[in-house]
Amino acid sequence: MYQFNYLRPKSLDEAKKLYENNGDAKFLAGGQTLIPTLKQRLAQPTALIDIGGIAGLAGIKVAGGAIVIGAGTRHNDVAISADVKKSIPALAHLASHIGDPAVRHMGTLGGSIANNDPAADYPSAVLALGADIKTTSRTIKADDFFTGMFETALDEGEIVTEVSFPIPEKAAYMKFPNPASRYAMVGVFVAKTKGGVRVAVTGAASCVYRESAMEAALAKAFTPDAVANIKVSPGNLNSDLHGSAEYRAHLVTVMAKRAVAAAT
Amino acid sequence: MPGVSMTVNGKAVSGEVEARTLLVHFLRENLRLTGTHVGCDTSQCGACVVHVNGKAVKSCTMLALQADGAQVTTIEGLAKNGELHPVQAAFKEHHGLQCGFCTPGMIMTAVDMIRRLPDLDETTIRQQLEGNLCRCTGYQNIVKAIHAASLEMKGARA
Amino acid sequence: MTAPIVGAAIRRKEDFRFVTGNGHYTDDINRPGQAYAYFLRSPHAHAKIKSLNVEAARSAKGVVGVLTGKDLAADKIGGLICGWTIHSKDGSPMKAGAHPALAVDTVRYVGDHIAVVIADSPALARDAAEKIEVDYDLLPAVTTPDKAQGSDAPQLHAEAPRNTVYQWELGNKKETDAAFKSPAHVVKLKLTNNRLIPNAMEPRAAIGEYDQGTGAYTLYVTSQNPHVARLVMSAFIGIAPEHKLRVVAPDVGGGFGSKIFIYAEEVVCTWASKKVGRPVKWTAERSESFLSDAHGRDHVTEAEMALDAQGKMLGFRIKTIANMGAYLSTFASSVPTYLYGTLLSGQYALPAVYVEVDAVYTNTAPVDAYRGAGRPEATYLVERIVEEAARQLKMDPAELRRKNFVRTFPHQTPVIMNYDAGDYEASLDEALKLIDYKGFPARKVEAQKRGKLRGLGFSTYIEACGLAPSAAVGSLGAGVGLWESAEVRVTPTGQVEVFTGAHSHGQGHETTFAQLVAGRFGIPLENVEIIHGDTNSVQFGMGTYGSRTAVGMTALVKALEKVEAKAKRIAAHVLEASAADIVLENGEFKVAGTDRKLAFHELALNAYTGHKFPTHEIEPGLKESAFWDPLNFTFPAGCHICEVEIDPETGVTKIVAFVAVDDFGKVINPMIVEGQVHGGVAQGIGQAMLEHGVYDPESGQLLTGSYMDYTMPRADDLPSYKVGLTETPCPSNPLGMKGCGEAGAIASPPAVINAVTDAIGIKEFEMPATPERVWRAINSTKHKSAAE
Repeated sequence: MYQFNYLRPKSLDEAKKLYENNGDAKFLAGGQTLIPTLKQRLAQPTALIDIGGIAGLAGIKVAGGAIVIGAGTRHNDVAISADVKKSIPALAHLASHIGDPAVRHMGTLGGSIANNDPAADYPSAVLALGADIKTTSRTIKADDFFTGMFETALDEGEIVTEVSFPIPEKAAYMKFPNPASRYAMVGVFVAKTKGGVRVAVTGAASCVYRESAMEAALAKAFTPDAVANIKVSPGNLNSDLHGSAEYRAHLVTVMAKRAVAAAT
Repeated sequence: MPGVSMTVNGKAVSGEVEARTLLVHFLRENLRLTGTHVGCDTSQCGACVVHVNGKAVKSCTMLALQADGAQVTTIEGLAKNGELHPVQAAFKEHHGLQCGFCTPGMIMTAVDMIRRLPDLDETTIRQQLEGNLCRCTGYQNIVKAIHAASLEMKGARA
Repeated sequence: MTAPIVGAAIRRKEDFRFVTGNGHYTDDINRPGQAYAYFLRSPHAHAKIKSLNVEAARSAKGVVGVLTGKDLAADKIGGLICGWTIHSKDGSPMKAGAHPALAVDTVRYVGDHIAVVIADSPALARDAAEKIEVDYDLLPAVTTPDKAQGSDAPQLHAEAPRNTVYQWELGNKKETDAAFKSPAHVVKLKLTNNRLIPNAMEPRAAIGEYDQGTGAYTLYVTSQNPHVARLVMSAFIGIAPEHKLRVVAPDVGGGFGSKIFIYAEEVVCTWASKKVGRPVKWTAERSESFLSDAHGRDHVTEAEMALDAQGKMLGFRIKTIANMGAYLSTFASSVPTYLYGTLLSGQYALPAVYVEVDAVYTNTAPVDAYRGAGRPEATYLVERIVEEAARQLKMDPAELRRKNFVRTFPHQTPVIMNYDAGDYEASLDEALKLIDYKGFPARKVEAQKRGKLRGLGFSTYIEACGLAPSAAVGSLGAGVGLWESAEVRVTPTGQVEVFTGAHSHGQGHETTFAQLVAGRFGIPLENVEIIHGDTNSVQFGMGTYGSRTAVGMTALVKALEKVEAKAKRIAAHVLEASAADIVLENGEFKVAGTDRKLAFHELALNAYTGHKFPTHEIEPGLKESAFWDPLNFTFPAGCHICEVEIDPETGVTKIVAFVAVDDFGKVINPMIVEGQVHGGVAQGIGQAMLEHGVYDPESGQLLTGSYMDYTMPRADDLPSYKVGLTETPCPSNPLGMKGCGEAGAIASPPAVINAVTDAIGIKEFEMPATPERVWRAINSTKHKSAAE
């Protein structure tokens, strides 16, 4: 790691001020992606602003037909939450498959979606469930939040404070892990919501995206067969040692089919 | 350099570190608790697992300053009064280690696993070991050791 | 009378320190005043260094020194060596290029060492290294063995035209060619043996320290063979004479071959400690391990086997190209030759075998011995082609093997080896029972009903280990002898210290060696200490690799025999009897047929007081040593069977059963032997299904440079194995034992791939069996059947 200053604000306001006063600062939440990145010397922030100690950022509540999860909530706490397991079991299941147990004790929801790693799990849930992302300055719709590889709609210094996941009728997440890293090589989150069926795909492309042909087919019939024969174009998909674009495209269909079958 | 204080294996400790100092290096270099190991630089091997405030974390993926004020337990703090913790004893009994390098992280992960999931079976143990690599044992005897320890600890609680 | 201690599943003496975090690995050691090294490595696969400017780094914060290849050359420090000279079929010695510890004018692989920065902390050393300016003239790179000899391939070393180190042959060519004249069947196969990266969990580390007062160096290092490290660094590299160089290999966190070799970093840290006047410590980050640890395997092979109409094997012809990487590592040359070609007869009475091996340079990390070293490559080839022969001849693969097994011993193969003992049918039968072979067709049908593909694959392997008779390896080009030594010191109060030249880095020597002592002298295990890994304590030794603990243990037995003989002479005097009447029973020296006796500790005290025996005839004290040179290799053999189930929709392959039945002769500690089998099989399954070191063919960048891309076997990738043992005692050592450390890695890959190809119904298939490869293979068979 390069040298940096370590700052630990007590409030979001203080965090924002520190950010404005520290040239090229970065927010540190759980650190499970940021610290490995710094260790590889792939980033050189002047300061790390640790928002892990800010009171009130973590917590899970049920409100107005939604599960509202504080941005500082650790993956493991989402995975074992009785409320999440009852209302959106697919979300608890997803959280229980991020990284490994030690990573889940540190990593946070807010950190994951703000980083928007193309192979991260959470963005698929946020997008498929049509969640609202509340920040220090506004509320952003899921459809507007993920803008590209490692890019989001967040402005400089803007911090995610909580995410509100509307409770769906049915949902499931199917992940095909990269055999080496165990990140999602393809992850498909399928949700049948009041507003329609939403299918979000992570890992396959440069950014989480919705598979609209599948959504249309599932809107007509929410059955595995409805998507089983939908061919996904490999054109824009990732290709690497572990999976070519063609294979990933095939897996999107298989994972979608299996997610629909598993949806509860 | 910034100061840092924490409780490690029940003892209050403090030191001065560069901000970029990882918890594992604070433990190994400042406190000379060298039982916690570093086996990779991408947070995957788990040789560095310790407990922070009662939960297993990778001490190579946490700054020492993030642990300021925390309760930390390392492999050195597990045995009490010279008596091995049941998980340590089970690793010995079931030949759950060969070179011993991954062992501290394995044991700390296992203790955390048994705390969270008292009813362990082979499949669950293997899944829960996702963040710990071993190159010697082929895992079979590690799984056996954790299972045996979990049964013994359950018996002790009952 | 208690149960015999030799042969019992004794729990390990060394475990207490490891489970409590009290192991002492190299990186756990800090020397007073130590500084830290960071190696600047080449980011390019192949380039000329036009200029190298280290001035800014030299004046950076905390920097103690910056050293380059020119400094090494100025101090007349020699390059790294390859200690086994292979001769080509035309009689010429191998063509090796120079291997400086720090590159002088050319870098030849990504990770090649350019300069070392030594500073007050690891972070400061790395900070300063970023200030080094290197101007490169980029050259094209070649990374794969099949491309290296092309006329358009870039040349790595002027000494080796067409990048060819040697063109070696072994076997009876004439007879082999004759066997292919008009056989009933010829089975052909093209195979790749994938490149592996060893990944011992403890990264390599070194601390060099120079004592100005005595002029002596100490090197603490992650080594499997500290004496060999000292010998090479002294005799060939020229750091210091042997008596002024101490090498300590403390607890070592796994080796698997990768810590046999003498590496640039440990040479440079030792040398630099005098240059900068402080101990110099280096610990690899994992990404450095990926780049710079010697890799394993990386062969391409074309092979054909001739069989008669009844399935009797007539001849076997093989052409292999072996990738050596950018330089010849310490024992690299022996791996695809004498550790490979000599095993190509397998368990079979093959009358004719002929193998040609070309070894080539490429712009990749050096390739050397990795668990199994040559023998996994041979076994993969033999067992894949035999399985394919059974399919082609429509015979049961078990029966085809049975038909061709060697059944009388000793058996001379056409490729040097003389098998001394074995019963291949016994291990095959036991494995068939454990896997429930008869039930397989029903299981396949049941799986089909669930939409899954089931397959079963065999590997009836043999390997040669317990390296090795010195004269034999010497005649084949080895630069060292491969005996082992042991010294036994009995203390005056009756404890025993054993100094062994073998090195334990997971094998449990502190327990198994102690079992031999305790078993012989009848003393408690706790009273035996096994000391290894320090050239200042241990007389000499060749270290641990090649499943050669049988050699070290036999040396110990020989030393124990001497101790016992002397003890009996002393006891005879003390007990006033004839030495011939003294017997050792349950830890007591007795006069046979009387109640006169001395406990072991009483005998020990007598030996050191010298009061009761003529010290001009019998020297006081009780300490003996022995060097043992093995009479032959040992030949572990057995049968592994793998059963897989494939999800055809995703290509995901699951091992649903894995049986390993091995004949390791007499076993000292079955718990430890079983652990060795588990670990070896895990590495073999890793090779077959998960692991692959891949370089970009254009840029020469390592694409699998971390655990994000190199698939290490994890607990949930692997099954629980069913392990069985059969036993034919080895006649070549007094313990009747054979090596067990590598067998799992040698035997298992073909069993897995034979199962995968059986499930898919396909012939050619490359390791590792990743989901995409399996999915594509399944689709290719679909397209084929559609076309038919």
